[in-house]
Amino acid sequence: MSDRLEADSSTNPEAHLEEPTHLVAAAPPGASAMRMRAAVLAEFWHYFSQNRGAVAGLVVFLLLVLTALMAPVLAPHSPTQQFRDALLAPPVWVEGGSWKFILGSDPLGRDILSRLIYGARFSLFIGVVVVAIAVTGGILIGLAAGYFGGAVDVFAMRVMDIILAFPSLLLALVLVAVLGPGLGNAMIAIALVLQPHFARLTRAAVMSELRREYVVSARVVGASHLRLMFVTILPNCLAPLIVQGTLSFSTAILDAAALGFLGMGAQPPTPEWGTMLAEAREFILRAWWVVTFPGLAILVTVLAINLMGDGLRDALDPKLKRS
Amino acid sequence: MLRFLIRRLGLIIPTFIGITLVAFAFVRVLPGDPVLLLAGERGMDPERYQKLLVQFGYDRPIYEQYLSYVWGLLHGDFGVSISTKRPVLDEFLTLFPATAELGLFAILFAVAIGIPAGILAAVRRGSLFDQAAMGVALTGYSMPIFWWGLLLIILFSGILGWTPVSGRISFLYFFPSVTGFMTIDALLSGQSGAFGSAVSHLVLPTIVLGTIPLAVIARQTRSAMLEVLAEDYVRTARAKGLAPSRVIGLHALRNALIPVITTIGLQVGVLIAGAILTETIFSWPGIGKWMVDSISRRDYPVVQGGLVLIAGLVMVVNLVVDILYGLINPRIRHR
Repeated sequence: MSDRLEADSSTNPEAHLEEPTHLVAAAPPGASAMRMRAAVLAEFWHYFSQNRGAVAGLVVFLLLVLTALMAPVLAPHSPTQQFRDALLAPPVWVEGGSWKFILGSDPLGRDILSRLIYGARFSLFIGVVVVAIAVTGGILIGLAAGYFGGAVDVFAMRVMDIILAFPSLLLALVLVAVLGPGLGNAMIAIALVLQPHFARLTRAAVMSELRREYVVSARVVGASHLRLMFVTILPNCLAPLIVQGTLSFSTAILDAAALGFLGMGAQPPTPEWGTMLAEAREFILRAWWVVTFPGLAILVTVLAINLMGDGLRDALDPKLKRS
Repeated sequence: MLRFLIRRLGLIIPTFIGITLVAFAFVRVLPGDPVLLLAGERGMDPERYQKLLVQFGYDRPIYEQYLSYVWGLLHGDFGVSISTKRPVLDEFLTLFPATAELGLFAILFAVAIGIPAGILAAVRRGSLFDQAAMGVALTGYSMPIFWWGLLLIILFSGILGWTPVSGRISFLYFFPSVTGFMTIDALLSGQSGAFGSAVSHLVLPTIVLGTIPLAVIARQTRSAMLEVLAEDYVRTARAKGLAPSRVIGLHALRNALIPVITTIGLQVGVLIAGAILTETIFSWPGIGKWMVDSISRRDYPVVQGGLVLIAGLVMVVNLVVDILYGLINPRIRHR
């Protein structure tokens, strides 16, 4: 499903690239590094906060993080405790519902609200781990391809093309089939199929930075390859990567849930949202709440992150700023 | 133009080799012996094992195995399914029309709503409609479609009873497959009610599969329109007193649609990923469900062959889109 990212990420990555110099220029000359950084952040927040959707997304996301951190305090029950006397209990506002199971219970008598609260931990964990792996891999490959060019570049980019030639969910599905179903393997598979987007973006950014004067002067002064790559160039390529990272965060959550739904991701009784949906599927016509709430949780989370991503893009994209 | 064509065609060769390498490696890295995998749980005597080893060529060096695998692919040999004993290519060709029909309707649905919505949102930038449409689009873009499908089933099949839950057509109707598209075959069969049945089975899967492309197309159309509307030639057209509908319909839209068409073409990969989920939910007998079933049945020849066929299909469609784009847009062609 990461193919979806293509449409947005393809909008000219070069557009982001003037960003760092632009921001640095905005700070008063002679300011200390600290004040400059504060000015950069203030300018970023100024643009980000103008986008109401992005701020709403940020608020929802922060609430989710809090929920995940405080799950044991917030959840009324254990996510795996089975109440055998209350199978498929309806939510509190439906006839026959009780405050004991606010969002109802599932076919095994587990409290849905508690499972959703613990599920937030899995979704955020999946997002963080997948994006961390994909970004690290993508940056290393893209940096090497863009910096060294030539055969390294051709080889690396052909390999990325091959990964992108497969529909991402299909490739992830097959990878998980090889590695064995489970949340860990699902995360590795998703990270692998998301990684080429980062490699391509990094490569494009590096190639256009490479010609700039500050890089040339650093080279003349005698900076090593590694220093040029990681200290001189990389920090100026981060803007598009941050936007892509946010979008990949939501894709990772969606794809992991899809794999869970297909029985290839987290395995029962893990309260992962997609896995919860898979377990609830056969009860859809009898107990709508077992299906509705886990999916709603996925949608709200992904929507919040995508709203943030849109806001980040606007705040980090100087082309839009001027208009 | 010819040089552009040749260069673009040349690019697909390494990709094709890569796809076959991935598919070939897939079976080789599977845990366990490929011959014993065939035997299942009963095991087999050493003599038969040796015979099969030679028969499948597993005794030869690995690069020879790969070359003969690719040689087979080029001659239409994509392996034989373990569970049905039918050639993988035959199975693919039987099931593909179901996915193609679903995908085609999904794209039509997405285009029919997404492009007008995107245009209107751009023309009335900042209006209530713009904000609502883009809110809906972002929601669609964030949608876990497997859940969306279940919700629609609850509402339209469970509560309202309007649409069937699964399959392509009611069991009441039977007619030979001519085109493989159930709606067209139903019309050709002349049986009353058959077409209606086929359409009612198609509605929910179409909406589910079309949701993400719809969101992407609407967003892309809006931003392409906004960009074009700010161009000088649009201002000129307005200044010389052309009717707004003519400015938007003729001058702006034609230029805005170029990137949108590319986006539509690039949705094929999205559609196949979506078909895996949509077909699983609605028991739609297409290649998405076929792949999921084969993976859970451990029918590895099908998974391997299907992987190559699907990736090859996506590759060819992307190539065609690229070439068409080059035809429309001379800047690409001459680069």
